[in-house]
Formats: sequence, C-alpha cells, structure tokens
Amino acid sequence: MPEMAGLDEGTPLFIQVADRLAGEIADGGLAEGERVPSTNELAAFYRINPATAAKGINVLADDGLLEKRRGIGMFVATGARQRLLARRRAEFTQRYVAPLLSEATRLGIDTGELFDLIKDAGHEREGASL
Amino acid sequence: MTPAISATGLTRRYRDHTALDDINIAISGGTITGLLGRNGAGKTTLLRILAGHEFPSSGSVRVLGAPPAENEDVLRRLVFVREDQAYPDIKVGQALRAASWFHPNWDSTLASSLLDDFGVRANKAVKKLSRGQRSALGITIGLAARAEVTLFDEPYAGLDAVARQVFYDRLLADFAEFPRTVLLSTHLIDEAAALFEGVIVIDRGRVVLDAPADVLRGVATRVSGPCLAVDALAGGRPVWERRRLGSQASVVMVGQLSADDREQARSSGLDLTPLSLQQIVVQAAAGVLAPAPETSFETERTCA
Repeated sequence: MPEMAGLDEGTPLFIQVADRLAGEIADGGLAEGERVPSTNELAAFYRINPATAAKGINVLADDGLLEKRRGIGMFVATGARQRLLARRRAEFTQRYVAPLLSEATRLGIDTGELFDLIKDAGHEREGASL
Repeated sequence: MTPAISATGLTRRYRDHTALDDINIAISGGTITGLLGRNGAGKTTLLRILAGHEFPSSGSVRVLGAPPAENEDVLRRLVFVREDQAYPDIKVGQALRAASWFHPNWDSTLASSLLDDFGVRANKAVKKLSRGQRSALGITIGLAARAEVTLFDEPYAGLDAVARQVFYDRLLADFAEFPRTVLLSTHLIDEAAALFEGVIVIDRGRVVLDAPADVLRGVATRVSGPCLAVDALAGGRPVWERRRLGSQASVVMVGQLSADDREQARSSGLDLTPLSLQQIVVQAAAGVLAPAPETSFETERTCA
C-alpha cells in the first residue's frame, strides 16, 4: 500500500491505530490528561476511513485508557501510562526473551554464551552513551 | 435502520448474457464501501441501476428508500461519476455551474479548490481536456455535489498516482465533515483499501464477498517454512493454497491466528505474512472464498 502513513496490510487497521496510540501513551508522547487526536484527525493522518479511526479510539476508551469529555474530545486517562507499561513488562518475556532463546537454540548458542552476548551488548550501549 | 442502498434478488439480463445475477446487498448510510471485482464482473451495471440509468430485469433496488429509476426525489440526492464521462461542448466552469443547478448541496468553494488541486482551469473547454483532467472534473463534480449517495465508477482513468492521492485525501476530508454514503468501484484495491469501511466483491454478476474491510484484514495468512512445521500448524485446518519446494512449504491459512498459533509458528521457525485486501479479493473472485467460508477447503497434509 503506497501511502498509509506506515500502517501495514494484514492487521485490522483499527487495531493498528489503537496500538499506535497506546505506544505513544506508553512512551510519554501523549501525556496523561492530554487530548488525543480526533477521529477525523487520525483518519486524515493515516489516510483511513474515519469509522476505522473511531473504532481504534474506542478500543482504548473501552479499556479505560482514554476518557471522553463531553463536547471536547478524548483524553488520556490518569494511570494509563503505568497500566500500559505494566502490560508491556508482562509481555516482555513472550515478545522478546522467548524468540531470543529459540533463535539461540537454532544457532547452537547456549545460555552461558547468550548471557555473555547480552552483557557485551549492554556494555557497548553504555559505552556509546557516555 | 433502513439501508441507504439495497438490492434484493437484483438481476439484469441482456440478450445473450446475465450481467447481474441475484444480487442481494444492503449498504448502511454514512459509510464508504468499495465495489470490487474484475473487469466485466458487473460493477458498472450495478452502479448504473443504482443511479437510475437502467432498470433491473427482475428483483428490486432501493436508494434512500425508493427505487431510483425515473424518481426525481432520489436522483437529486444522488451523484454518479462514471468512468470516461462524456460532456457536451462547454467549458469546465459551465459544466460545474450546470452541476450546481442539479445538486442542492453543491459547494462551489469546494469545487474551485478541487479544480486547483488537480490543476484544471475553469475557462478551458471540456473537449480540450486530457483524459486525466476529464476524470478530475468528474471527481470534482462528484465531491462538490455533496450528494447523500455518491457513486464513483472507476473515476480516475488517466489520473497519475499523485492526483489519485489528492482524490483519496479530499474524499476522506470532505466525508469526515459531511458524512454521506459513498460507493466506489475500483480495481486499484490496495491503493484504496484504507478508505473502505465495507467491501463488496462481485464476480460474473454475483456477490462473492460482502464484509467489513477490517474483518478481511488478517483473515488469511501465508505460513511458510519447514514443511513438517507448516503441517503441524496448518494440518487439518482450512487453507487456500499450498506450495512445496524440497523441505520448504508455504500455505495460506484462512481465519485469524490465535496467540498460541503465533507462538507455535515462531518457535518452529515459520514465517507469517498476512494477505493484503487485494490478495484476499483475488482469492474471492477466483471463487475460493465462497459466501460461507468454512466449507469446502482441502485439508490434507502437504508433506506426506
């Protein structure tokens, strides 16, 4: 798809919109109490149907991460960031550690070597940031 | 709620062939729906009947609650932009003025700004326009009419990718501000896919798929990798297509994959690629995806 502002093809678009907004809240790009873009703003930005954008916003609203203020719009709920971060931590093993371990197994890297690799990469990072 | 557009048992026969064969659809008001299918599938015939340009041979069609043909009340609230629309020998500005008389919600400011976006001058004679500029004029009329029912039939012959993007952007922006019922036929499916809330696919005069666009995304996934692992995941489940090369296999699995499926795919080294709307429509038009998708799939194993 040429121009859809970075959304991909296979996942339902409203889920991708919800994920993007959740990501922004978790990263602090959208602060708690801040107004989130309106349905029409999202539709224009992502070049998608407004009903699809609305569905994405509703996913987060139903989850209590956004709250509606009548006549003004949707706002990031208090505690939303903490809840999203907690959820991401809970998913960390499944999303990152498990794939790391299975690829390591495929390559014949044992747990000890893996530890060393992680430590080295960590040192390089710290070194680079100095 | 009464749908804005509906057809029941709609059939259109010409002397030697059936262009539409028992079409049953219901399109809710305030939505953008994609009408998709191959050339000659019957898209134009359906739109012409909805626009009141043709009568059904049998069955019924309702637009804004009434049959559209020879119905002034309905036709004034409807705009139909055809592929390669013909115009009398007039200037662009005159064509717009004529359209403004017919369409009660006409917005002339929108019309001029669209013409500007497309780079078409109002004082140019319509017959001197290029094919793409004529398409741009049709699109301008279709959007500026702000008609409750807006029908576009492949409206962009000769328009380049940039101009088509202008069309999509302006359609979305104006639709957001003035919701209406839009039915757009196109073969540029991937390009237009994100505009659609609903998708209707017709093939050889029949509806082969009618579903919300978001339901179709992720409805099929290509699974590829080691043959045994593919079988372990896909064996006994509905698939569309299987290919095999040596110890590698690739199948298209139908239905949403669960988190467990994904985990299994990952740990066994399988690649998962969701099918795009275009690919799904191709499958639908090929008749693989029947209206009842859970029936009639082959389920034998690949590696045996």
